[in-house]
Amino acid sequence: MTGTSLAALGIALLAAPALPGIAGRTKAMLTGRTGSPVWQLYRDLAKLMRKGAVYSTVSTWVFRLAPAVLLACVLVASLFVPLDGRTAIVRFDGDLVAFAYLLALGRFGLVLAALDTGSSFEGMGASRDVTYASFVEPALFLSFTGLALASDSLSLSGFLGEPLAAAWSRAAPSLVMIAGSLFVVLLAETSRVPFDDPATHLELTMIHEVAVLDHSGPDLAIILYAGALKLTLLAAVVIGVLIPRAGWSGAVSIAVLVGGLAMVGVAVGVIESVMARLRLTRVPQVLVAASALAAFGIILLLG
Amino acid sequence: MQRVAELLLLLIVLTNFAVLGTARLGTCIRAIAVQGLLLGMLPLALHPAWSVHTIGLATGTIVIKAVLLPRFLAWAIREAAVRREVEPRIGYVASLLLGAVAVAVGFATAQALPLPDAAGSLLVAVALATVIVGFLVLTTRIKALTQVVGYLMLENGIYVFGLTQSERVPFMVELGVLLDIFVGVFIMGIVVFHINREFDTLGDGKSMDLAGR
Repeated sequence: MTGTSLAALGIALLAAPALPGIAGRTKAMLTGRTGSPVWQLYRDLAKLMRKGAVYSTVSTWVFRLAPAVLLACVLVASLFVPLDGRTAIVRFDGDLVAFAYLLALGRFGLVLAALDTGSSFEGMGASRDVTYASFVEPALFLSFTGLALASDSLSLSGFLGEPLAAAWSRAAPSLVMIAGSLFVVLLAETSRVPFDDPATHLELTMIHEVAVLDHSGPDLAIILYAGALKLTLLAAVVIGVLIPRAGWSGAVSIAVLVGGLAMVGVAVGVIESVMARLRLTRVPQVLVAASALAAFGIILLLG
Repeated sequence: MQRVAELLLLLIVLTNFAVLGTARLGTCIRAIAVQGLLLGMLPLALHPAWSVHTIGLATGTIVIKAVLLPRFLAWAIREAAVRREVEPRIGYVASLLLGAVAVAVGFATAQALPLPDAAGSLLVAVALATVIVGFLVLTTRIKALTQVVGYLMLENGIYVFGLTQSERVPFMVELGVLLDIFVGVFIMGIVVFHINREFDTLGDGKSMDLAGR
């Protein structure tokens, strides 16, 4: 644990709500609109925190607990990610499994809360959410396996830290493919186009949005913030794979993190402008293709 | 140049996945055109001392496989008014998974084969993977046009395999093969077009009904 990694974590926690803002702004500009300002989510969060929460009489403590579980999971997961590209605050062998399943546990909390409301729409959203998650998991773990092989290490800090720079000189194509696979995982995991549309207003077509429809006030603020933070963490993983920062000075690697996060935000926005949402039946296919891409990367590393 | 060749070979494998994963005939044909282009650039990357033969082979491959054949297939789709949808016998997800298995088998076999040089290993692996994926497309896609695509991929795999030997095999033989393919696909296209005018289906599923009736 170093000062740099603490500083990087602080920046990530503060900058997280700007990332969906950058994506939204890019989308607005490419489609010829002005769009809401980049810091809109900060305003929304402040507004929601001042409001009270409304709870349906059907829902129980599960529903009230879910936002806290989600935020706790994402915050703990953020300790494992080497945001400065060198080392994370907490590292141990196998922390990649903890990282993946903390994100899954947060999702599980939200799904339970959605089912707890007793609304059929939310149940449907929850069902689709977990269906996607089951297809995302192989892609995520195959990518992590590839990184583990390339860097000969079993923790996220090991993957994205020093050993990866050496791996780039001998296994560049595999790493590019794994980064591509991880980016698809990022889009699916954070419910962005082409897997889900954060801007849709029809319950039937919503997936993640409908599952949190009953949350209000501070609860919704927590869910929105945790979603933005999850996007930031996965973006930091993709950046870590693409730009190994071993041996760089702390300030430069943090600057790369900030620049990289902005680039990922722009990339997400560009994808949302140039393509429509996929038909529901095509989604597993794309996620399996991402898994196949990662698997191909692994085969190359082994060959 | 070795790195460029490796990159080209990897992109060829990715075009295999594109053919397996797409639901549209147009994308399928575009993927096979890209594969032809990559194949055409491959001899230039493999043999950095460009001779007239290498350049001739590259030009011939690119003109026929990346321009003429895809254009012809696109023409066949348009003229025969084929429905622009790939009709697979097995699902796309299963196709992609089988494609990944094909790549794994290709790489495992190439590792096991006693090859003269290490550089040839990737070539053989990609060649085998492309041949297997070609068979997969031939057997699991119903439309006659997609079977032409599968046949082309099969030939592309053999072409890659031939490149391991290209220093010993005269380029004229390779060019002769290219011409054969061109004529073959041309005839297939004409036949497909005529079948489509006479009958209302292009699928081979119905031909089983002929037996014993």
